[in-house]
Amino acid sequence: MLSIKNLKASVDDKEILKGLDLEVKAGEVHAIMGPNGSGKSTLASVLAGKDNYEVTGGQVTFDGKDLMDMSPEDRARAGLFLAFQYPVEIPGVSNINFLKTAMNEVRAYNNLPPIEAKEFLRMMKEKQKLVEFDSALANRSLNEGFSGGEKKRNEIFQLAMLEPKLSILDETDSGLDIDALRIVSRGVNKLRSGKNAFILITHYQRLLEYIVPDYVHVLYNGQIVKSGTKELALELEEKGYDWLKESAPAASFH
Amino acid sequence: MENTATQIINSLYDQCIADFEVRSNTAEPEALTALRQKGFQNFKKAGFPSNKVEDWKYVNLTPFLKESFATATEEELVEVPESVIKNAAIPHLDVWTIVLVNGVFRKDLSDTVNQEGVFVLPILEAASRPAFQKHFGTYTDLAKNHFAAVNTALFRDGLFIEIKNNAIVEKPIHVLHINTANEPLFLQPRSLYVVGVSANGSIIESFVNAGANANVFVNNVAEIFVAENANLHHYYIQAGSEKNRYVHHTEVYQQQNSVYNNYKASFPGTSLLRNNLNIALDGENVESHLYGLYLSGGHQLVDNHTIVDHRKPHCQSNELYKGVMKDESTGVFNGKIFVRKDAQKTNAFQQNNNLMLGRKAVVDSKPQLEIFADDVKCSHGSTVGQFNADALFYLKSRGIGEEKARALLVHAFAFDVTEKIPLAEVQDHINHLIEEGLKA
Ligand SMILES: Nc1ncnc2c1ncn2[C@@H]1O[C@H](COP(=O)(O)OP(=O)(O)OP(=O)(O)O)[C@@H](O)[C@H]1O
Ligand SMILES: [Mg+2]
Repeated sequence: MLSIKNLKASVDDKEILKGLDLEVKAGEVHAIMGPNGSGKSTLASVLAGKDNYEVTGGQVTFDGKDLMDMSPEDRARAGLFLAFQYPVEIPGVSNINFLKTAMNEVRAYNNLPPIEAKEFLRMMKEKQKLVEFDSALANRSLNEGFSGGEKKRNEIFQLAMLEPKLSILDETDSGLDIDALRIVSRGVNKLRSGKNAFILITHYQRLLEYIVPDYVHVLYNGQIVKSGTKELALELEEKGYDWLKESAPAASFH
Repeated sequence: MENTATQIINSLYDQCIADFEVRSNTAEPEALTALRQKGFQNFKKAGFPSNKVEDWKYVNLTPFLKESFATATEEELVEVPESVIKNAAIPHLDVWTIVLVNGVFRKDLSDTVNQEGVFVLPILEAASRPAFQKHFGTYTDLAKNHFAAVNTALFRDGLFIEIKNNAIVEKPIHVLHINTANEPLFLQPRSLYVVGVSANGSIIESFVNAGANANVFVNNVAEIFVAENANLHHYYIQAGSEKNRYVHHTEVYQQQNSVYNNYKASFPGTSLLRNNLNIALDGENVESHLYGLYLSGGHQLVDNHTIVDHRKPHCQSNELYKGVMKDESTGVFNGKIFVRKDAQKTNAFQQNNNLMLGRKAVVDSKPQLEIFADDVKCSHGSTVGQFNADALFYLKSRGIGEEKARALLVHAFAFDVTEKIPLAEVQDHINHLIEEGLKA
């Protein structure tokens, strides 16, 4: 589904991703861990198409298409979803209007007619329930005045509504209380299928107890320096990252 | 107002002076004749304002006024395509529609307002009414307002609305100001709205163009009297074409416990739009709300000047103007707030925010507070900014295309103003005009 080869990206002439490889197949859940500032959010932003990142090398294909050639909106329409680490507040744009617009743009891209009002409402209800997203929040302006946890939950609510193929969750677990974490995880687990895939960016092993990953990768200094199964997360929890830093190729060697 | 531009705009000035000589033969009530004379003397001395007049610093009128204008259309009843009236209607809103074509009240195109205590007339037909005699020309300073002076001297047409004491107007009065011309036309319509004690109503004014082939300059003056405990919702919806130039002078006078709400929305089209909105809060416990939205495009010049004059204690004014500036348009916001010595416990709020979409668009925003009372709460602020890139990216990352994402953000920006509009149908109408205006 997603194939990243030797991806290099910089911001303001500072190289942040330094030759990153990752393969994600349908049905898989990948976790990416790594110390602060190692480039996890940068990877997510580059995949979503944020324009202040310059891709300087490598290839990314998504369902066989060159992802880097697509506009951010087309990436989303093709089924890529990024749950932001810091979702923005947009006062004056109603959550519902926004979601409906987004869904219809995705549908139009896939040659589907606009969603019917009744079906939309039915879906809203169903997905709100799935992630226990308060309908009072759904009726408000997009993220305006939402608490950190509410914003995260809104990201997952949108994910549930848009039903993307590949979802990247950037620290969705940070800032969630234990109940919210359980609810969000349960939601994600219900959405998992053989046809979609997830990349979970996280600092905490705890999330991976709820959403069990097929692979765990360590991103350090712009590269994946180690990959393993869920046991790797436990090992990281215990030992930290230092033992990996020593074995990692230093930036200056490039 | 010693600065004048008469030299530059000689021909129109001369024409107005000549018109007045002719007009003075018309028989009118004495008081009106005297008022016209006063307007004339002021105009004769001051002429049209040049850039040297502080309030006209940003507007160069010369190119707009130097044409050879007619001051009336030849035909008695100018024809207007039905589609123009239809298009100006506000979908799903039940109103009384009053049509003015080139300032002339058109009974043949208007609804009859058949409610007791509500009177809608051509302005000169009202000249003998007590409400006219009491309020006409009473609140506008002809020595300070060049355009109001010449309008007073020369107006022939316009609208009079009186809402008697305790009358609650059953549905909004929708006034369509349509203009159309085959040769350059200088129009000076005049209105007076008198809202009686404890009366309540909504007046919606739409300014539209019926495919004018020539330039039309409109010097429109409206006076509004809001009596004790009355409540008026007053809307201006300004559209038009490049051939239109508008100077609106709106003078509002409020008595105690009254509420006046002014909602002003303007859209790309008119080459020149100058709004003067002056509100005098001349009684205790008065409330005034001024909500403005200007979406400008092309080479449009949109200039909003407001004066909120707090004269008595315990009053509240609240002003929010938002500008969305496209292309190479120019915007001016000048908001004066006076709090006089007597006006203790005043609460005055003013805010002007601008969203710059065109790289070559410019805006000049100037709040001016003059406070002579000591126990008041006043705040003002003004901002000029661009689209929030993170918000734009967020919307796109959910599949929303560039154009739609921008439209959503413009609606969001305008929302603080549009949400204040109490009639949902008018809100929808204005949102629709925003969408159209963004595409234009
Ligand atoms: N717009 C930017 N301008 C300058 N530097 C940036 C910018 N965006 C990211 N960086 C830098 O790139 C590096 C990687 O940042 P990134 O946000 O990808 O880290 P992260 O792995 O997500 O960290 P965290 O775990 O703290 O979320 C950091 O050193 C950061 O300061
Ligand atoms: Mg991060």
